Amino acid sequence: MIDLENVSKSYSKGQPAVKHVNLHIGRGEFVFVVGNSGSGKSTLIKLLLKELDPTEGIIRINGKDIGTLKHRQIPKYRRELGVVFQDFRLLKDRSVYENVAFAQRVTEVPNRIIKERVPEVLSMVGLAEKYKAYPHELSGGEQQRVAIARALVNRPALLLADEPTGNLDPKTSFEIIGLLDKINTYGTTVLVVTHNKDIVNAMKKRVIAIRQGIIVSDMQEGEYLYED
Amino acid sequence: MRISGVSYIVKQGFKNIAHNKWFSLASVATITACIFLFGIFYSIVANFGHIVKSAEEGVAVTVFFEEGTTQEAMDNAGKLIEARPEVARIEFISAEQAWEDFKEQYFKDSANLAEGFEADNPLAHSANYEVYLKDVEDQSQLVEYIKGLDGVRKVNQSEAAATTLSTFNLLIGYVSAAIIVVLLLVSVFLISNTIAVGIEVRKEEIGIMKLIGAKDAVVRAPFLIEGMLIGLAGSVIPLVILYFGYREVISYVLSRFRPLQDFLKFLPAEQVFLTLVPVSLALGLGIGLLGSYITVRKHLKV
Repeated sequence: MIDLENVSKSYSKGQPAVKHVNLHIGRGEFVFVVGNSGSGKSTLIKLLLKELDPTEGIIRINGKDIGTLKHRQIPKYRRELGVVFQDFRLLKDRSVYENVAFAQRVTEVPNRIIKERVPEVLSMVGLAEKYKAYPHELSGGEQQRVAIARALVNRPALLLADEPTGNLDPKTSFEIIGLLDKINTYGTTVLVVTHNKDIVNAMKKRVIAIRQGIIVSDMQEGEYLYED
Repeated sequence: MRISGVSYIVKQGFKNIAHNKWFSLASVATITACIFLFGIFYSIVANFGHIVKSAEEGVAVTVFFEEGTTQEAMDNAGKLIEARPEVARIEFISAEQAWEDFKEQYFKDSANLAEGFEADNPLAHSANYEVYLKDVEDQSQLVEYIKGLDGVRKVNQSEAAATTLSTFNLLIGYVSAAIIVVLLLVSVFLISNTIAVGIEVRKEEIGIMKLIGAKDAVVRAPFLIEGMLIGLAGSVIPLVILYFGYREVISYVLSRFRPLQDFLKFLPAEQVFLTLVPVSLALGLGIGLLGSYITVRKHLKV
C-alpha cells in the first residue's frame, strides 16, 4: 500500500525534516506513527498527501510512484486517500450532512449517490441522528466523527489521521481510535500519527517511532511500549 | 462536468456574494457607474453622430458654371463629379428651377411681386449642380477637383460648419473613451479585490477541497462565477436606468429646445439599445471575469 524508498525532505532553511526513510505498510494494516513534535511526523503525512514533494527518494502508493504525477492528476490521486486532522477542519456554516456531502460535491459525485452514501457513512460513525446539527452544536468527539465520515465517504483505500485525538479528552480519544479500528476491520488501511502514549500502548498495533526525521524503531503488534 | 457539479459551483458563486456582501456591493456599484457612464456617452455619441449625419446630408457643395456654358458641357461636368468616390449624389438645378425655388422661398406670400421678372429670368446663369457628399471631411479635396473642371465659375461650400460638427463629435468620442477606460480599470481592480477577500475568507474551505481531491476548475469556478455575477448585476442595473432615463431626457430636451426641433434628430431608444445592451452586457461580464480571473490566478495556486 505505502512504500517509501530512501525518502528525505529538507526545507530551505535548517535541518531536514525527514531523513532517508524506508518504510513498507501493507494493505489493510493499522499503523501508529509516534514521535515528539518536530520529529517529522507531519512532514510524512504531507509527503503522502503530495502537499510536499520529497527532496530525495521515491514514494509509492498502491505501486504508483506519486512523484511522477502531473499537477492535474493530483486531485484524482487524493481521492484515494481520506484524511483527518487534530482540529477537525469542518465547515462551520454547514450542517453535519453538508460537511460530509461536501467531499462528494467537490469531487463531482452525482446527487443520487450522495443521498445514498452520506446517511450510510453517518450511521457508521454513530451520528445518523445528528445530521441536521451544525459543528458548534457538537462535542469535540462528535466533530471528529463528522471529519472521519467526511474522510470515508468517498471510500478511500487509505485513511491518514494526523493527531486525531489531540483535542479530545481520554475517554473520547479511545472512542475515536476505536472507530478508526472498526474502519480498519472493513479493509481500509489506517495510518495514525499521534503522541498519545495511553492509546498506543493500549491498542497493541504496529508502531513506527520517528525521532529527528529518522525511523528509530518499527515494531509489530504489541511489541512497542511508548515511554517518555 | 456533471450537472450536479455545475449547479453546486453556481450555488457556491451566489454564496460567495452573500458572504461577502459589502465588497460585492461596492464592486457592483463601480461597474454600474462605469457602464452607466458608458451608456450615457454612447447615447450622446450615437445621437450626435446621427445629428451630424442628418446635418451633413443637408450640406452640399454648389457648382456654378461660366456664362454661355452649353448644356452638354454641364452634363459632362456632372458625370465627372458624380463618378467621384466622395460623392453620394448630385442634383442638377436648371436656371428655371433655381428661379422657381427662389420665388417659392422669398415671394411665397406675395407672388405678384415676382411677376415683373417673369420675362427675364434674373437667375439666367445660375444653372448649377448641388453635390451631396458621403463624408463632409472629404469636402475640400472634392472642391479642389471641381474647381479644375472646364466651365466651372464658382464653387460654394459650407466647410466651417461641417468640419466643426465632425471635430466636436470626435472630441466627445475621445474624452468619453478616456473616462471609460479609467473606470474600467478601477472596476477590474475593485472586483479583483472583492474576489481576493472572498478567497481569504474561504481559505480553510479551499484547503479542505484540495485535500479531498477537488479539481482546480472546481476550486476556481465559484470565484469566476462570483465575478461574472457581479459584472452581470453591474451591467443590468444601469441598462434599466438608462432605458427609462433615455426617453425622459429626450422628451425634456425636445420640449425645452423647441426651436431646434428640426436640427435635433434623436435616435429612438430601441435603436440605441440594440447596440448598447449587448455591448454593456459583454463589458460587465468581461470586467467581472477578468477581475476574478486575475485574482484567482494570483491567489489560488491549486
